[in-house]
Amino acid sequence: MDLLNALVALANYVIIPGLAYGSQLALGALGITLIYGVLRFSNFAHGDTMAFGATLSILGTWWLQSMGISFGVLPTALLALPFSILGCIALILFTDRTVYRFYRVQKAKPVIFLIVSMGVMFIMNGVVRFIIGPDDRTFSDGQRFIMSAREFKAMTGLKEGLAIKTTQGLTVIAAVIVVALLFWFLERTRTGKSMRAYADNEDLALLSGINPERVVMVTWMIVATLATIAGTLYGLDKVFKPFTYLLLLLPIFSSAIVGGLGNPVGAIAGGFVIAFSEVTITYAWKKVVTYLVPSDWAPSSLVQLLSTDYKFAVSFSILIIVLLFRPTGLFKGKAY
Amino acid sequence: MAQYRNIFLFAAMALLILLTGFLQSWNSALLILNMGLISAIMSLGVNLQWGFAGLFNVGVMGFVALGGLATVLISMPPVTEAWSAGGLRTMLGLVIGVASLWLTSLAIARLPSGKAKILGIIAGLIVGFFAFRFVFDGGVSAIEAVNPASTGYLGGLGLPILLAWPAGGLLAAGVAWIIGKTALGLRSDYLAIATLGIAEIILAIMKNEDWLARGVKNVIGLPRPVPFEVDLQNNPDFVATATDLGMNAVTASSIYVKLCYAGLFTVVLLLLLWMAQNALRSPWGRMMRAIRDNETSAEAMGKDVTKRHLQIFVLGSAICGIAGAMMTTLDGQLTPAGYQPLRYTFLIWVMVIVGGSGNNFGAVLGGFVIWFFWVQVEPIGGFLMQAITSGMEDASPLKQHLISSVAHMRLFTMGLILLLVLRFSPKGLIPEK
Repeated sequence: MDLLNALVALANYVIIPGLAYGSQLALGALGITLIYGVLRFSNFAHGDTMAFGATLSILGTWWLQSMGISFGVLPTALLALPFSILGCIALILFTDRTVYRFYRVQKAKPVIFLIVSMGVMFIMNGVVRFIIGPDDRTFSDGQRFIMSAREFKAMTGLKEGLAIKTTQGLTVIAAVIVVALLFWFLERTRTGKSMRAYADNEDLALLSGINPERVVMVTWMIVATLATIAGTLYGLDKVFKPFTYLLLLLPIFSSAIVGGLGNPVGAIAGGFVIAFSEVTITYAWKKVVTYLVPSDWAPSSLVQLLSTDYKFAVSFSILIIVLLFRPTGLFKGKAY
Repeated sequence: MAQYRNIFLFAAMALLILLTGFLQSWNSALLILNMGLISAIMSLGVNLQWGFAGLFNVGVMGFVALGGLATVLISMPPVTEAWSAGGLRTMLGLVIGVASLWLTSLAIARLPSGKAKILGIIAGLIVGFFAFRFVFDGGVSAIEAVNPASTGYLGGLGLPILLAWPAGGLLAAGVAWIIGKTALGLRSDYLAIATLGIAEIILAIMKNEDWLARGVKNVIGLPRPVPFEVDLQNNPDFVATATDLGMNAVTASSIYVKLCYAGLFTVVLLLLLWMAQNALRSPWGRMMRAIRDNETSAEAMGKDVTKRHLQIFVLGSAICGIAGAMMTTLDGQLTPAGYQPLRYTFLIWVMVIVGGSGNNFGAVLGGFVIWFFWVQVEPIGGFLMQAITSGMEDASPLKQHLISSVAHMRLFTMGLILLLVLRFSPKGLIPEK
């Protein structure tokens, strides 16, 4: 029985990765949920928007590195981030002007928007591959760890190490800042209030003189910002590969739906619910259990509920369970 | 007039394939034709769901992959050693797993609600899960230990591979029924996400469950319904006929084999098209479209919307399964890692939308047209890139980057085609009548 070591192992393999992954999912799900709330459709191109934002960050990083500029212990990509956000906003606004606006004027059905977003997804995917190719790209530089396993062991004298990667710490901090700013914007500013009014009741909002095109534009700008930050952080923490961003659609949508589509608080909660379920169910618990039970009870198998390849199955099952028992999501979303 | 227009469109498509034959090679023309036939069948299946009933299925890839799995399960010889090593134990494990899920669903439906029910269900699920894993894992490791380099799986039934086509349809239909039971009746966006998830799960199972079909180690050397090229080349009669026609025996054999496949695929396509056309014109088809256009009023007329949706969801998925089995037969191998959502789900959607949703002939034409461009964008794009960059120096990195990026042009082009059709001709090439 060794409670401390068990806790440290749990933190190292479950809590910290889960927090980082959950923050990334939450940022992605916020984008989905905002589009759903204001523009009223499920945006299949969101994963590829994230990939596009991350691509711009990588290009920026390379350019800065070639100029000999770095950000000290932090990844250079952070310096490039403002520019990639601007680039992503430009692309998204261009897409809205050329593609989505036509259907908005026609008041097309949400499912038509969904099919249109499939076309946008193809194009963005093509653009990303065109710019940077289909291969893996690692662009994280600076100091690798905030605290490495060895330092932790020396500091505490415990047998188990606790490592925190810079990118993990950064992800969580960035997510907290972004979410705080977003909620401040939505709750306190005039534009944010008009966005919420528009999402709540379009006709009433129009009657009170809110300019719908402006609301839509601001929404897209926020979504592009969120997508770029989420995509860059995910790429820094794991690895950048255009294809994985397409696959991220599933956990991101699951997070948004589990939390309640159209509800920003729900999107954040959903992100963490999905992330922690994926991590806990696919983690091999052998180490933690071995610390907790008497030594002759130690398990011989990995004590892993499902292999990591089934993480999609986890987010999917949670999605189905929530849909069956609480179709509006954990927090009340706009499910009609 | 419209009749002539459709004939003209199909004739133009045939001309494109013929041109490929004259300008490139007959082998690539037949390759496009064969995959075009398969694509047409897939898009017929999606059109049944979307065009007839308005169901938004983005899990096409999963059903196509299930069809591929069926070819292995039907046509490969059984590995008797693996069966005796752990076959029964694995099957018993699966039975325990299914039984505990079934008992859970019974408990959810029948027991009086309350805290005791929830706790009981959770406890039952946990016990069932560990019992399942204990029995199942032992069987699986025994099977996978049997000659892992070449088998390591249970094998199939050793039946003729043509039987795998209907079997693939049945397998896909069975899975579609389970999904439809849970996910239909949700809103269309939710159905989309649910099917997207199911497709990923089916693929995850096919990649990881090595005992089933060797996972990412692939099953190669599937039996074929047509002769092998090598046998033809060793057949003196065939060589003599080829020489009489003025052809090289190697080229002639590969063309002959592809023509055989094309014949088989055409029969299946025509059969399914005939069935789909009759279904569309029948009272059943009218009812489906009535439900699609206004669910509330159809329900008020006494139609069981959810049941009809389930029916058509299963039928459409079965067609995708048949096409998947045909495709794996054509490839001669099952490679689970090769299934990608952009290619096997979203491209099929482009076919349906471009061809004309709600019209079977449109779906078939869309299958051919989009497949043709999917294959030919690369050479056309390469040609264009050469022309654009001809002014640049050969060593310039921009020129090299541009030319090597041609391979990614096809995704961009497909998106562009989809958006243009949606914008300027939302009913597609052959509109619904």
